[in-house]
Amino acid sequence: MSQLVTQQSDHPRPWGIMAEFDTPAKIMQAAKHVHAAGYRHWDCHTPFPVHGLDKVMGIKPTILPVMVFFAGLTGCTLGLILQWFTNASTFDMWLIVFVRGYDFLISGKPMMSGPAWIPVIFESTILFAAVSTVALMLLMNGLPRLYHPTLKNRKFLRASEDRFFVVIEVRDPQFSQDQTEAMLKELDPISIEMLED
Amino acid sequence: MSSVTIDNTVEDPKQRAPLVLNHDDFASVTEEICRVNEAPKPPKAWYVSFIIANMLAGLLVLLLAYLFITGVGIWGNQNPVMWGFPIVNFVFWVGIGHAGTLISAILFLFRQRWRTAINRFAEAMTIFAVICAGLFPGIHVGRIWLAYWLFPIPNQMGMWPQFRSPLLWDVFAVSTYFTVSLLFWYVGMVPDLATLRDRATSRFKAIIYGLFSLGWRGSMRHWHRYERAYLLLAALATPLVLSVHSVVSFDFAVSQLPGWHTTIFPPYFVAGAIFSGFAMVNTLAIPSRQIWGLKNFITMRHLENINKIILVTGSMVGFAYMMEFFIAWYSGAHYEAFAFINRAFGQHAWAYWIMVSCNVISPQLFWFKKIRRSIPLMFIVCLAVNVGMWFERFVIVLSLEQDFLPSSWGYFTPTWIDIWMLIGSFGLFMTLFLLFIRFLPVIAISEVKAVMPQADPHHDQKHGEAKA
Repeated sequence: MSQLVTQQSDHPRPWGIMAEFDTPAKIMQAAKHVHAAGYRHWDCHTPFPVHGLDKVMGIKPTILPVMVFFAGLTGCTLGLILQWFTNASTFDMWLIVFVRGYDFLISGKPMMSGPAWIPVIFESTILFAAVSTVALMLLMNGLPRLYHPTLKNRKFLRASEDRFFVVIEVRDPQFSQDQTEAMLKELDPISIEMLED
Repeated sequence: MSSVTIDNTVEDPKQRAPLVLNHDDFASVTEEICRVNEAPKPPKAWYVSFIIANMLAGLLVLLLAYLFITGVGIWGNQNPVMWGFPIVNFVFWVGIGHAGTLISAILFLFRQRWRTAINRFAEAMTIFAVICAGLFPGIHVGRIWLAYWLFPIPNQMGMWPQFRSPLLWDVFAVSTYFTVSLLFWYVGMVPDLATLRDRATSRFKAIIYGLFSLGWRGSMRHWHRYERAYLLLAALATPLVLSVHSVVSFDFAVSQLPGWHTTIFPPYFVAGAIFSGFAMVNTLAIPSRQIWGLKNFITMRHLENINKIILVTGSMVGFAYMMEFFIAWYSGAHYEAFAFINRAFGQHAWAYWIMVSCNVISPQLFWFKKIRRSIPLMFIVCLAVNVGMWFERFVIVLSLEQDFLPSSWGYFTPTWIDIWMLIGSFGLFMTLFLLFIRFLPVIAISEVKAVMPQADPHHDQKHGEAKA
């Protein structure tokens, strides 16, 4: 593998190898082979989520839901603290500026008006959970990303239309130009191309 | 594009009805949907409606300026009806918004695959409707420059909002709803923006779509988290959508006014919101599919399904009207009974009967298959429902006219500014919607592809063959 990685800066460095397929069935087949061959730094690119492909690729279930649960819990707590502080307390607190709680007495209702606080607590729970769902999903996916070697390839433009791609990265310890290419050729792709960084 | 008409409304338990007609490959699906954005010029109908919508939106801006300079006295709001058109319009627009989230979240959780063709623009409709909705309470505060008092922002007066008030719950509910709807809409759109980026013919388009598609490249490792995130958003948006209109109804129900102070309000408002929202979805979908040739995606089956939901929610609303009357009598509360008899036979009885005929009687026509499947007839019914649901909120707000003490009764008359601001808000809504159709993917391309039979990896296998 080492002879492939040219160190000259004016030469584009090979980044990975890409095989193009035209049906979901073929990409499933290909993913199964690549996974069985023991590659680790590889990926499939599809225009829509192909059902079951993540399992075949050996992708472990994401911990996103657990993180979102705690984000929701945070929102819930903050919603409660916000209302308690602003409507039922009298002490000072430093939040960038000094703020002081105010004990509102409304129609003789108790200071800790649990039921009346439910809607805002609920909304802040949802808000925190939803915003962190999106933020964490993007963060874990390494997005937004303005540049990626795959996006330079002309053929790859169809990854968002009707083609399915297997991409194996050069940095994978198993990668070897000849063997990897031979393995991909066996899978009956439409085309095979090298990707440059 | 072939013009063969396939009837996909037939119910055959032996096979699934196709959701996408006349397409058997993914490339042609992309082509046909992207054509809406990629055509060098939009159709004439777009220009005509855009000019009209823009003029009305411009009028709204002028009226807003007049309002800010002069004050809320230019409206018909007057003792005892201090909540006039602004609150009617607010509840009306928030209600419209509910269908988008219902389609994108609740139908998603119920695995209703037909939602994919209509969810994108229903969500867009939600966002634009909530923008229109947020406008009215914002300007109703009178001194608009003090609108920030609505939020718990530290200030020199040491003053905080009063969290025991439903009006403040509304601030939180509607702003959360707007944020979550926007996120849901945008996250769903990222893969399709990537499609538009990859097909872009000019560098400018490629850069703009490229920025907004966040470098999406269809990686399966990304799709895995993306789908999970989408499911989570749907699960979070479902209770949210039910809570938002419940909170809106608390604005009324928590007060002690006869005609408002009832426990049926939250479910009744939610049903009404979904009812009006779906009517608006159809009102927008019917011309759009005609003008942009999207009939292969928004098929007759989709429209019929929407009509069925209108029928169900319309019946719920009709039932709620009946129950309100029954409870007004059964409770034995004189003021309550008077408020309801007054609604039906009092000074604004005409508004009440417009509401009943549009909301209770007209959707019942959808029991007939012929009407459910006739474009002109369903369009008329949906327009009637839009009108009726506006009048429902009008009737509810006008409970203020005659409350406990006859000496404080009054008669509400809107001014021309009230009426033109309502029309102007439609202009704002349509302007945003037409811009959306022109520049953003109007149908969820990747989702539509995923519900095609070809998307199943086992599609080519015959039945009984061992599954891989």
